Amino acid sequence: MKEKVEQIISQLQEDIKNVKTTQDVVDIKAKYIGKSGLITDLMKNMKDYSPEERKEIGQIVNVAKNEATELIGTKEEEINKAILNEKLEKEAIDISLPATEIATGAPSILEKVIEDFEDVFMSMGYDVVDGPELEEDRYNFELLGLPKGHPARDAQDTFYVKGDELLLRSHTSPVQARVMTSKNGDEPVRIICPGKAYRRDDDDATHSHQFTQIEGLIVDKDIKLSDLKGTVTVICKRLFGEDTVTRFRPSYYQFTEPSVEMDISCFNCKGKGCNICKNTGWITIGGAGVVHYDVLKGCGYDPNKWSGFAFGFGAERCAMLKYGINDIRTFYNVDLRESKVFDRKEEQ
Amino acid sequence: MISLNWVKDYIDLEGEDLVELADKVTKAGINVEGVVTNHINNLVVGEVLECVDHPDSDHLHVCKVNVGKETVQIVCGAPNVRAGLKVIVALPGAVLPGDFEIKAGKIRGEESNGMICALFELGLEEKTEETYNKGIEELPEDAPVGMDAMEYLGCDDTLYELDVHKHRNNDCYYHIGFAHEIGTVLGKKVTYPEAKYDEVKDDVNNYVELKVETDRCPFYLGKMVRNVKIGESPEWIKKRIIAAGMRPINNVVDISNFVMLEYGQPTHFFDADKLGKTVLVRDAYADEKLVTLDEVERTLSPADIVITDGNVPTCIAGVMGGMNTEVDENTKNIFIEAAIFDAFSITKTSNRLNLKSEASRRYGKGLNYEYTIAAMDRCCALLQEYASGEVLSGTVLHDTVDKTEKTIDVTTEDLNGVLGMHMTNEDVEKQLDKLDFPYELNGDTFHITIPRRRLDVEPNKADLAEEIGRLYGYNNLEDTLPVVGTKRGVYVGDVALRKSISKRLRQLGLTEVRTYTLVPEDVANSFNYDNKEVLALPNPMSSDKGYLRLSLLPSLIQTYEYNKARKVENINIYEIAKTYDKDYVEDHKVAMLISGTYMANAVNQVNVKADFYLLKGIIENLLKYLGFKNRYDFQKVEVKELHPGVSASIMIDRKPVGIIGRVHPSMMKDNIYVAELSMTALYNLKTKPLKFKEASKYPEIKKDVAFVVPNELTNAEIEAVIKHAGGRLLDNIDIFDIYRDIEPGKKSMAYNLTFKDDTRTLSDEEVMQVFNNVIKEVESKLDAKLRG
Repeated sequence: MKEKVEQIISQLQEDIKNVKTTQDVVDIKAKYIGKSGLITDLMKNMKDYSPEERKEIGQIVNVAKNEATELIGTKEEEINKAILNEKLEKEAIDISLPATEIATGAPSILEKVIEDFEDVFMSMGYDVVDGPELEEDRYNFELLGLPKGHPARDAQDTFYVKGDELLLRSHTSPVQARVMTSKNGDEPVRIICPGKAYRRDDDDATHSHQFTQIEGLIVDKDIKLSDLKGTVTVICKRLFGEDTVTRFRPSYYQFTEPSVEMDISCFNCKGKGCNICKNTGWITIGGAGVVHYDVLKGCGYDPNKWSGFAFGFGAERCAMLKYGINDIRTFYNVDLRESKVFDRKEEQ
Repeated sequence: MISLNWVKDYIDLEGEDLVELADKVTKAGINVEGVVTNHINNLVVGEVLECVDHPDSDHLHVCKVNVGKETVQIVCGAPNVRAGLKVIVALPGAVLPGDFEIKAGKIRGEESNGMICALFELGLEEKTEETYNKGIEELPEDAPVGMDAMEYLGCDDTLYELDVHKHRNNDCYYHIGFAHEIGTVLGKKVTYPEAKYDEVKDDVNNYVELKVETDRCPFYLGKMVRNVKIGESPEWIKKRIIAAGMRPINNVVDISNFVMLEYGQPTHFFDADKLGKTVLVRDAYADEKLVTLDEVERTLSPADIVITDGNVPTCIAGVMGGMNTEVDENTKNIFIEAAIFDAFSITKTSNRLNLKSEASRRYGKGLNYEYTIAAMDRCCALLQEYASGEVLSGTVLHDTVDKTEKTIDVTTEDLNGVLGMHMTNEDVEKQLDKLDFPYELNGDTFHITIPRRRLDVEPNKADLAEEIGRLYGYNNLEDTLPVVGTKRGVYVGDVALRKSISKRLRQLGLTEVRTYTLVPEDVANSFNYDNKEVLALPNPMSSDKGYLRLSLLPSLIQTYEYNKARKVENINIYEIAKTYDKDYVEDHKVAMLISGTYMANAVNQVNVKADFYLLKGIIENLLKYLGFKNRYDFQKVEVKELHPGVSASIMIDRKPVGIIGRVHPSMMKDNIYVAELSMTALYNLKTKPLKFKEASKYPEIKKDVAFVVPNELTNAEIEAVIKHAGGRLLDNIDIFDIYRDIEPGKKSMAYNLTFKDDTRTLSDEEVMQVFNNVIKEVESKLDAKLRG
């Protein structure tokens, strides 16, 4: 029996060399270990043997079967691998061909700047509020300390829509007046109000009759000018880099007192002097101040108990400085080749 | 323009670098925008030693000119050049106004090493025919050769161009006021000019009776000067007036202007003989007329204040005098008015009449009565000295000015509380001294009096903190943050919705644009699919910005054209903006435009083109994202600007919220698709809160069915019947095939129906029952047949 088995196995080892395809594998399986395969057949006449012999033969045949199965299995694996490799090779593509471009849109450059402001200020507890662009004179001027006929009013700069009652807001400050008057003078306020405003300016590279302001207001207890400076420093660092330094210069605005002009250290030359900062090392970025007594009073707050600060940035100016844009009309006559670049995250 | 030579009359600026000073003033809050010095290098007094005709010209001369250190040859074209004349010579290197640099060179072959100048060439006179014909300036014989010419002329001045914030423009636009600001910055005192004159013993009250019948004239001071001689002003007054940007006219007018530029107080001179005996100040009557000094007849209104002779107006107060009382070359006797009128009224009147002058601007900013009196005295003194006038004794006066002093008690702690600084009492004292604000320190409390010249400073902590803080220096400010409660910032009102829509549309491949709200009339009326009335600006800047748009779509189409002209392809854009109609009603809108290819890969045969269904998909995606699943549908609609067969109204809960369609081919031949939604409408609709819904564990059963229907029958009509007939078990309907013209006028529509119950497994029998019902209903309710 042993000889017979060895002979079958060596025959198998010979045969297996010619196995090339999956069909060959099926065939060779059938020939040796299939239902009537050569090895399976060895068990057929077992009843002719004594129980001891049966046991011995059974063992020999089982070993042989395992060996054969392993031999064929190895071969099968080899062939499958070859077939797979061939298939993979065929499926190989030119990965250098162009990608299918996924449709994505970009924000307006102004919206991108506004989102930066929103991120910073919302994290500090400021709500983002909007108001009507067609505004009442009362909110746009009167409550901000500019009664009708006041010489400091820019009547000629304002687009009036209906007599002297309704106008296209000339700044976003009326939103502040609206929010303040809605609080009955007994709730703190923390808001920013990015939005459109309009003035009678002739459009050119640096002027636009329509523009975007980002104003902010806090009304609370014991708010100081230095709090304004710290707050402005936070947003300017976000916009123009961590090493940005802020500076205040005295100024005068109707709605604030004291009023300041806000400068940042030049992000381009780091103070050495360049074109952008006109060799001063500093760039003016907006106006701000401590909320004026009259504005607080007019909007229902007791100025002896409450105080606050307000600031205003021009979204266009911030974007022009930050991204090196020279013409304000870029924001309103959009060339998509310029705009689509802004579908991108930035380091913060 | 502020002349620093002039300012020096009131404050000692010896040794100050005026450019540095401008910087200091700016840092303290008054913005000096430009420092102009009219000093010109290499400009000297010269003497023409020899003058011969140019050999190659009929009008040029070749001159030998002694310029001090040397004698140079200069070619000169002026007709009045001659030997022996003292002249102004610009030598090579001199840069004359207009950036005109003098260089050595040859003129028609003759060497010329400079230029002999006329005053207008130095910017000291206007260039007119008259000054041009005068030729070169002829200096007096004793002019010292070689001396700096500007210095010799006394014109060597430094001018500050100010950009003063409105707050301070009442006290920084006159020379004494500005001297005070410099004094504040430098900590120096201001000296007021002398105004001494003799009075003849004849009282003005013998000649003029003053009546004030309006409460809009709190202060009116009048004096009379007799026997003035009209003539030229002295050089120093002329120079001052030119430096400040005005033109000298004659001694009397110049004195009035000079005093205004000195004290900020305008005065008006009447010809006393034309004026009569009465000066009555009152509100104008409606339609009252006055011919003003510019020879225009003005129609007045009760909003205006007038000076009258008791009957007819002689002057529009604060704005312009009348012809009937004009000072002319024959005038002998002058009545001087120095007054304060209601600032708002003056501004209003000068705006309405479009008559703005240096004077009306100053009245419009408010005045300090102390300077009104000082200005009157100064006028009298100057008229006596430079117009030989005799000042009559006495004054006519109306005075209702509240003279209560503005005082405030404040502590250093109060000021530090506003500023967040750490000043000491000594620091505060130092700044108050610089400001020249009188004060007493009692314990820790400063009792401060605010001088009247500072009309802008009110007696409150903040105002004082500002004045003291700006001088102490904002460089002393630390960065602190408000100590306030912690809370989360939120988007208020429809801002949150706007942000959601904006971000989603970007994810869906559209790029945000911003365009102008103000448009021309035809654009404003385009895409007016809601039939609203357009809001026009009563006073537009120009007709192309005269109207408020009702729809953003025309602007998006414009953006499309702008980009197409620049060869940009595949324009997919959106804008969110507010619109307003004639009733001032706001509608916040979201507009979209798609064109060209949305997504493509030519090599890989991917090509998603912009079409109606893509835009419909974007809108459905957006509406589902916003929580409107199963609540929207699309209805055919007619919009003038859209393709009649490719347009729809977008409905939510059966109410229109917007439109979608292809832009009408007669308007745009390109295939462009637009949609516009009313964000205001979306904002006013409620949506259900987001909830988890477990996926069904039971199998679904799918069945296909196709109907042959007329070509005109829409998918929506068929689906509606299927949906109704399918009832609760019909979970989904998908159209998967359309076969047009399967027979004349008919098409085949094939649907895949999904049946499902979330609570159990459905039996084939019950599904078949529903399915058969669907077929029966479609066939009976519509002109439809099951496709065999």
